[in-house]
Amino acid sequence: MTSKQEKSAPHLLDVAANGLLDRRALLGRGMLFAGAAATGVGSSLTGAAAEPLPVDPWSKEPGAVIPPYGVPAKYESKVVRTLTNPNNEPRTSNARTPHHLLDGTITPNGLHFVVARAGFPDIDPSKHRLVIHGLVKQPLVFDLEALSRYPKVTRINFVECGGNSAPLFNKDPVQANVQAIHGLLSCSEWTGVRLSTLLEETGIDPRAKWLLAEGADGPSMNRSIPLAKALDDAMIALYQNGERINPAQGYPMRLLVPGYEGNMNVKWLHRIKLIEEPVMAINETLQYTYRVAGPKIWQFFFPMEVKSFITQPSPGLTLKGPGFYEISGLAYSGNGRIAKVMVSADGGKSWGQAALDAPVLSKALTRFRMPWRWDGQPVVLQSRAWDEAGNVQPTRSEMFAERGEPKVNTPVTAFPMGHMNVITSWAADSKGEFKHVYA
Amino acid sequence: MSMRRRLTLAASFAAAFYGAGTAAAADLPGLGKPVSEADLALWDMSIGPDGKGLPPGSGTAAQGAAIYAQKCEACHGKEGQGGKNAMLINPPGKSDRTMALYVPHATTIFDFTRRAMPFPEPKSLSNDEVYALTAFILAGNKIIGESEVMNAESLPKVKMPNRDAFVSRYPEKR
Repeated sequence: MTSKQEKSAPHLLDVAANGLLDRRALLGRGMLFAGAAATGVGSSLTGAAAEPLPVDPWSKEPGAVIPPYGVPAKYESKVVRTLTNPNNEPRTSNARTPHHLLDGTITPNGLHFVVARAGFPDIDPSKHRLVIHGLVKQPLVFDLEALSRYPKVTRINFVECGGNSAPLFNKDPVQANVQAIHGLLSCSEWTGVRLSTLLEETGIDPRAKWLLAEGADGPSMNRSIPLAKALDDAMIALYQNGERINPAQGYPMRLLVPGYEGNMNVKWLHRIKLIEEPVMAINETLQYTYRVAGPKIWQFFFPMEVKSFITQPSPGLTLKGPGFYEISGLAYSGNGRIAKVMVSADGGKSWGQAALDAPVLSKALTRFRMPWRWDGQPVVLQSRAWDEAGNVQPTRSEMFAERGEPKVNTPVTAFPMGHMNVITSWAADSKGEFKHVYA
Repeated sequence: MSMRRRLTLAASFAAAFYGAGTAAAADLPGLGKPVSEADLALWDMSIGPDGKGLPPGSGTAAQGAAIYAQKCEACHGKEGQGGKNAMLINPPGKSDRTMALYVPHATTIFDFTRRAMPFPEPKSLSNDEVYALTAFILAGNKIIGESEVMNAESLPKVKMPNRDAFVSRYPEKR
């Protein structure tokens, strides 16, 4: 407790230090404002002098033509992905989702993160084929028209790159924003055909334990995936947020393996081969394997484990003076639903439980919210998530006890570690400017 | 659902499926067209770590060096020392991670080179060229001798330096 807090009278709705308020204040029943008025905080909400409001020009003329395909308002032009390869040089391209500028849980299709080995292919959907072969009774080939006639399912699932949040494995906290650190994560409503439906038609040889999924892109990106996952909840996704899958997301079809690392959700999917053992593809040997203490290298690390981070406020989003703010962020687990998110404003010494936006879905992004009254003093904001399987987001020391300590600093676009789900800390100074810290 | 429960379910599911095929097709849309493995010859380029799927052909490091200079050097640098793109051959005394020093099976190098390289024209190399380039990379990293011939028999037998470092996190495997 700081001396400042000791001087202040405890607030009726305080649940943790440095102004975290009871999440019930978000219910909109006047609790927050009743409480705020009692201590004088929140006076700026009611005390600002209003000016006579003019009739604005747009209220005095007809608007613009409605386009066939709408795009965001021109004032939102900064809400874009950051690109590591804007000139499409012969190497991987990464595009990161601007989570600090978005709210809710669904990522607009044009802002979905991308990791692509060689740009995106121009696939003629009428010529695209999906083959299922290998250890099956009858190899089959499906075109898009045929697949579209199969019984379909719709699910909301996140996709996260195995290397998302990798900069948290630097020795010192990298000075970067949410987009740079956590931007290889997105969430969509996916519609498609269960892979198990198609495997029911091909039949499965009992020797099959894995499948190889391969894309129709130039480098023919491929991954080995356990057959058990294919029969559990894997989908041949044809639609993303109601429309055909975005070209950079795998048009006209991608594999969706909910909760598993992003690279396994093979885009531009054209071949599935049932096999006995993994093929040891480049993306499961050179990439998406992780050097940890031992020394050893973890391979076939599939589920993206429970994680959360605060999106607002965060670096680049400066507080405009003391008063009320909502702390908000994203929580998710590749192992199921989010059970609980706790938020701290004092670097993890005290915690308050955040409200979760309904519905809380399995293997989907969950938006958490925490009402906050900032008193203008330095704070360190953190969030920590629990999933329904009982997993808890690790602290840095908990993770490094198993994996070893980070020893070097790498560029923010590098991948010094994978499956980094440690707690993220944002520190604000008295000016309300945030930076990334380790706390 | 627990992992154990899921695996049990998957196993019984798999057992039920086998033998379904055309017999159960009456209840299913049945819109997939039968295709033979022969018709998939150009598509099925999967190679297992045991060498299953490796095509006929062969090559040596010396043959690979000539192909490398022509088709790979622009991105990967002189003698594989790195350039605009990844280093492929470790200079003596440096500990940088290269594909050959890292991956557990030599077949991965052949597979990736055949399917994805050279970057502007993936799948344009002949099988002999891929064997030769694989030999060039392996010999450059001192994993095989300069004169060793790489083919479908010899490539899977190459003992990779990092072979025993990998530990599977997936419960079903091993």
